[in-house]
Amino acid sequence: MTQRYLVAFGGLFVLIIGVGMLMGAPFTVRLMVEAFAFALIAMGLNIQWGFGGLFNFGILGMLMVGGFAVTFISYPINPDFWGSGGPAMLGRTLIAAAIGAVLIVMAHRVQRLGITGKWRATVIVIAWFVAYIIFRSQMDPAARLIISEAGWVGGLGLPVVLGWAFGGVLAAIVAFFVGKVSLGLRTDYLAIATIGIAEILRAVIKNVEWLTRGTLTVSPIPWPVPDPLAFQAMGATPVESFIYARAGYLALVVAVVALALWLIHRAYMGPWGRMMRAIRDNHIAAGSMGKDVKGRQLEIFVFGSVLMGIGGAILVSFVQIFDPSSYQPIHHTFLIWVMLIVGGSGNNFGALFGGLFIYIIWILSEPLAQALFMVTSGFSEDMGWGAIPDIEARSVQMRVFVLGLVISIALRFAPRGLLPEVIKRHD
Amino acid sequence: MNDFIFFFNQVIIGGAVLGSIYALGAIGVTLIFGILRFAHFAHGDMMTMGAFFAFVLAGLFAGMGIVTPVPTGFLVLPIAMVIAAAAAVGIDKGFYAPLRARGARPVTLLIASIGVTMMIQGLIRLFFGVETRTFFATEPKGLIRIELPFEGVTRPISFTEPQVYLIVLTLIAVVALHVFLTRSRLGKGMRAMADNPDLAQVSGINTRLVVRVTWIIAGGLACMAGTMLALDVTLKPDLAFNIILPIFAAAIVGGLGQAYGAIAGGFLIGFAETLAVFNWSVLLRPFRDSLPEWFEIPGSLSLVQSEYKLTVAFIILVVVLLVRPTGIFKGAST
Repeated sequence: MTQRYLVAFGGLFVLIIGVGMLMGAPFTVRLMVEAFAFALIAMGLNIQWGFGGLFNFGILGMLMVGGFAVTFISYPINPDFWGSGGPAMLGRTLIAAAIGAVLIVMAHRVQRLGITGKWRATVIVIAWFVAYIIFRSQMDPAARLIISEAGWVGGLGLPVVLGWAFGGVLAAIVAFFVGKVSLGLRTDYLAIATIGIAEILRAVIKNVEWLTRGTLTVSPIPWPVPDPLAFQAMGATPVESFIYARAGYLALVVAVVALALWLIHRAYMGPWGRMMRAIRDNHIAAGSMGKDVKGRQLEIFVFGSVLMGIGGAILVSFVQIFDPSSYQPIHHTFLIWVMLIVGGSGNNFGALFGGLFIYIIWILSEPLAQALFMVTSGFSEDMGWGAIPDIEARSVQMRVFVLGLVISIALRFAPRGLLPEVIKRHD
Repeated sequence: MNDFIFFFNQVIIGGAVLGSIYALGAIGVTLIFGILRFAHFAHGDMMTMGAFFAFVLAGLFAGMGIVTPVPTGFLVLPIAMVIAAAAAVGIDKGFYAPLRARGARPVTLLIASIGVTMMIQGLIRLFFGVETRTFFATEPKGLIRIELPFEGVTRPISFTEPQVYLIVLTLIAVVALHVFLTRSRLGKGMRAMADNPDLAQVSGINTRLVVRVTWIIAGGLACMAGTMLALDVTLKPDLAFNIILPIFAAAIVGGLGQAYGAIAGGFLIGFAETLAVFNWSVLLRPFRDSLPEWFEIPGSLSLVQSEYKLTVAFIILVVVLLVRPTGIFKGAST
């Protein structure tokens, strides 16, 4: 087993060195920053699926929440907003939301007044409707006012690392509610419910222009470490400045990943991990042993989402732009599933390996496909069949196909992943 | 009266068109779930693939100079459906059957279907690029207007020619499916297998054949839905990927495994979407004079903004899952 780990990570190391020699250092360091962020997200999914057996297809939503959180925390303050009537109107909106929430909670308790069955359901529906109208009546004017007077809310101008932490917290809060709603469902239903909730989150974040600036995008989001411009001011050449700045960022991200890996692995090896595996493998038996199955599943869903939120925040602050319309299910949900399945679900190092390896493949398959197309195109030109049109656009799409092929092959020939789950037995 | 016709055009026709497409897609999803017990995520891309088959065939027909009063897209539909059905059986043989033979869990099949989704999507874009295409590049899209013989009515009921074909063909497909499921031996076998696979097998039903027929029906209907969606709007590589989620919502709302539930769910979701984004103040305008003075009709009175149209399906889905987890018609489970 140890040999397998050595071969896997050794091969990965050689691959990275090879990429570095072929594509140059700035590209490779950038690739590694993103790969480690995705590895962190894959570890989050590993907590949910590998440890807990919870099928989450809503990773995209958590990444968006994390990205929004870091934007909100670290972007400079927008004085136009704080000087306008916006904050007061938002306060009123908050009160309206609170009134609505109280109405809904009260409607859920009407059986105490002797209203039950169909009548209770009717009251609940009416309460939701009224709460929605009250909320919209305050929200719409507030949104209009903020957009017309200040553009959008702006950020808080706080340190970026705090934004990453807030990404985790906000993702945890969202995951708590998502889990409350959907965790009682069986696997397939849970998959659809989470994907649906992620789509709702995406639509909301994309369209609440007053809060996230929507499709107008927010940039530049500051870095937690000195950025290339700071190094250039110190007299470094552009190429060097990119290497230094990205290396600094990489070091920070690797530190975060290492800390997360250490904590998760300790928990996984301890009683907590054994309990989670017991719940995953047989929740009825675990329940009869006195474990709170639903509560623990919610816990694990929230934990996994925290890592996803942090990972999403790291990605956004690295590229310095928060663009809600850039989030795609293939790139931000399915890719991470491929990472976990190929790496080995249930194994933390498998998730780490899968995250790094698949991300490198995903990025490299584009130039590789382009080279392949160039050769084929040259060949067909020589044969007098004419060149292949739009090579660039086509080779971008090639990687989607490659990813699909990789997961199909992995499921067929290595269903437990390259680094399978280790189950220790004390007989 | 004009306002009611506006309502009819927007909500009734729009909802029926959308509902037909959702229903056709959801039937495939629900049949596959009933027989094979997994959520087939690649269904949306099978729809797109079918639409591209039809597109290529339509191009060939136009190249051969065949011109009929029927839009070419509909003319080639049967051939495209046969090809798509064959492709669906091939995909099953290549990717799902080996996993089933190994006794993989339904979740593994679900993940495999994600792989298939990405492969189909990659291939489509590889061959056809990413640009938007239309079936009506060479022939006009017929627009039908029905003037109503009432006084003071200026706005006609209007819909396009493809929309008529779409609704009629959906009806034919649904009736044919109903006859197949209730009258034919194979259809009864399918229902039996959806209810209880083990019992179906011991009572001598050829389960391999049933699986193959399921894929043929699902593939054919997916091609039909995809082509009609492409005829109604335009043909894009991510055409159906965007509507696979409402389709799943329709299948679940109707109860997974229930073919009739899927039809009901499809129309329910279709109408709910058009109703939710409809601007209700239009309907209040005729009563402008009889309303109290203090009541001012707002400019826009839709339940949700049109940006959130897609979320309507999910809100219905989430509510149904919470209130009645097996769907309106009692559905199967894994």
